[in-house]
Amino acid sequence: MIEIWHGLTKAIELIISLDPEVLEIAGRSLRISVASTFLASLLCIPLSSLIHFHRFPGKRILINLIQTFFSIPTVAIGLFVFVLFSRAGPLGGLNLLFTPTVMVLGQMILITPILLGLTISALSGVDKAILDTARSLGASGFQTAVVVLREARFAVTAAVIMGFGRAISEVGLALMVGGNIRGFTRVITTAISLETSKGDLELSIALGIILIFIALVVNIALNRIQQR
Amino acid sequence: MSLIEVRSLYKRYGEKEALKNINIKVERGEVLAIIGPTGAGKTTLLYLLDLLEMPTSGRIYFDGMDVTQPGKVRLEARRRMAFVIQKPTVFNTTVYDNIAYGLKWRGAGKSSIRQKVDSILEMVNLSADKNRNARTLSGGEAQRVAIARALAIEPEVLLLDEPTANLDPVSTSRIEELITNVIHRYNTTIIMATHDMSQGQRLANRIGVLINGEILQTGGSIEVFTSPRNREVAKFVGVENIIDGVILKNEEGLVAIDIGGKAIEAVSDYSAGEEVCVCVRPEDITLALSPAASSARNSFTGKITRVVPVGPLTRVEIDCGFPLIALVTKRSAEELNLASAMEVYASFKATGVHIIKK
Repeated sequence: MIEIWHGLTKAIELIISLDPEVLEIAGRSLRISVASTFLASLLCIPLSSLIHFHRFPGKRILINLIQTFFSIPTVAIGLFVFVLFSRAGPLGGLNLLFTPTVMVLGQMILITPILLGLTISALSGVDKAILDTARSLGASGFQTAVVVLREARFAVTAAVIMGFGRAISEVGLALMVGGNIRGFTRVITTAISLETSKGDLELSIALGIILIFIALVVNIALNRIQQR
Repeated sequence: MSLIEVRSLYKRYGEKEALKNINIKVERGEVLAIIGPTGAGKTTLLYLLDLLEMPTSGRIYFDGMDVTQPGKVRLEARRRMAFVIQKPTVFNTTVYDNIAYGLKWRGAGKSSIRQKVDSILEMVNLSADKNRNARTLSGGEAQRVAIARALAIEPEVLLLDEPTANLDPVSTSRIEELITNVIHRYNTTIIMATHDMSQGQRLANRIGVLINGEILQTGGSIEVFTSPRNREVAKFVGVENIIDGVILKNEEGLVAIDIGGKAIEAVSDYSAGEEVCVCVRPEDITLALSPAASSARNSFTGKITRVVPVGPLTRVEIDCGFPLIALVTKRSAEELNLASAMEVYASFKATGVHIIKK
């Protein structure tokens, strides 16, 4: 108990004194996860609209499949990306393994099902009367999709927040494809895992608090945006 | 060619035939009311006319173009129309933005949008609410926004689906006033669906009666109400007395109809032996306590079975050997002291009887 208390006070000290190592790790975590969430959103929101607004055979099965991938283990994605980018893998020539780039890519793959699935269900939640009204006022297919997305903005933002949460909090993937290289690919979660195993509880707790704080700030920021 | 022409239109949902063999022509500037009971297919018909859905078979022509084929022509035609759906629907944004949407989608400039939206807001009396979120409006206000949004794009055809359903009488009369305004000001072609036959009569110059997916009659509003073509239409337009009978004789246009031992006289061209339905509107029946000398050709003694007040009127059900329903003013009912089990004389003119051939 004393150890935890000691860790906590030390952690607060580290945060208040703006410890360079802590800031550096937190900054990298934020950059990688924001990048992956942003890129995945850019891809998934239009793709979800495409799936939602079109009727095609196997649509139900596709949505079920997407939902199944919500709970895919991060290490499974890690393994897949590792094999893809390892020297002998099909994309080994790009020399991206153990770089932040491949971590962003891995996180994108990880959160794509969440973003797709939750955006599709957000769009399904919009009253059909909105769709009919937009079309009756002369909206084209694309204009209709934009209106429906606008109506679903709260639920779509929630999907993005969920995706970001999963991206910044995962550890297996970052460890496997990032390699936890100090000053290069070390992020909050991999650092916590390493420092805890080394017995450095202070740094771990400090990073844990920062992780929660980042999640809070991102939530507030996104909520502000959606209220506009 | 008419502005809108519909030929042999069918719409099926699985096993259910929602619309059967619809044929309508709508001329530019005309106000057509589609009346019919709930579930008759009115909404489906409007969705097909606004090109939001595809018919199962049949053709729709808009301004001479066949718009039944999928393709760009449908969006182009749809952009010349506006449809206010039954449920008052507003987008989750300001009243101003709601009304501006249709114009933005047509690529209108900012200043022309502002000008148009402001003038429409004034017309629907919502200028003070222009920056309010439309979701916070009442049902009547939301419907006014929906109509304003449709009018903003200056449509050639305005489709209205039960524009006053679920609204209180004050909001209803406001919306009706707005529609009348539009008719006079813009000469817009209007097709409206309503289950309220009196609303159809008030606003439209032509009426189509849609029952069970079929247009059973189209005609001027007075014609549909006074001369329904068949039993279903008669029932829907408020003819409560529909009695089966056989024509006994026709003497110079005055027929006697046997209705099971009793005879009703009416003016008709039908000849003896033809099976008919005798239609008498309840408001055309007068009640008296004694057999007074009168020019009315039909008079029956009967016993009152039920007296029900209906607003300023009283509905009296009488057993004359056949059931008869009369509608009299509340004051008359009070003066005559009408009550159940009383004996009364019910009379109506031969010219007040409408005959439908079976």
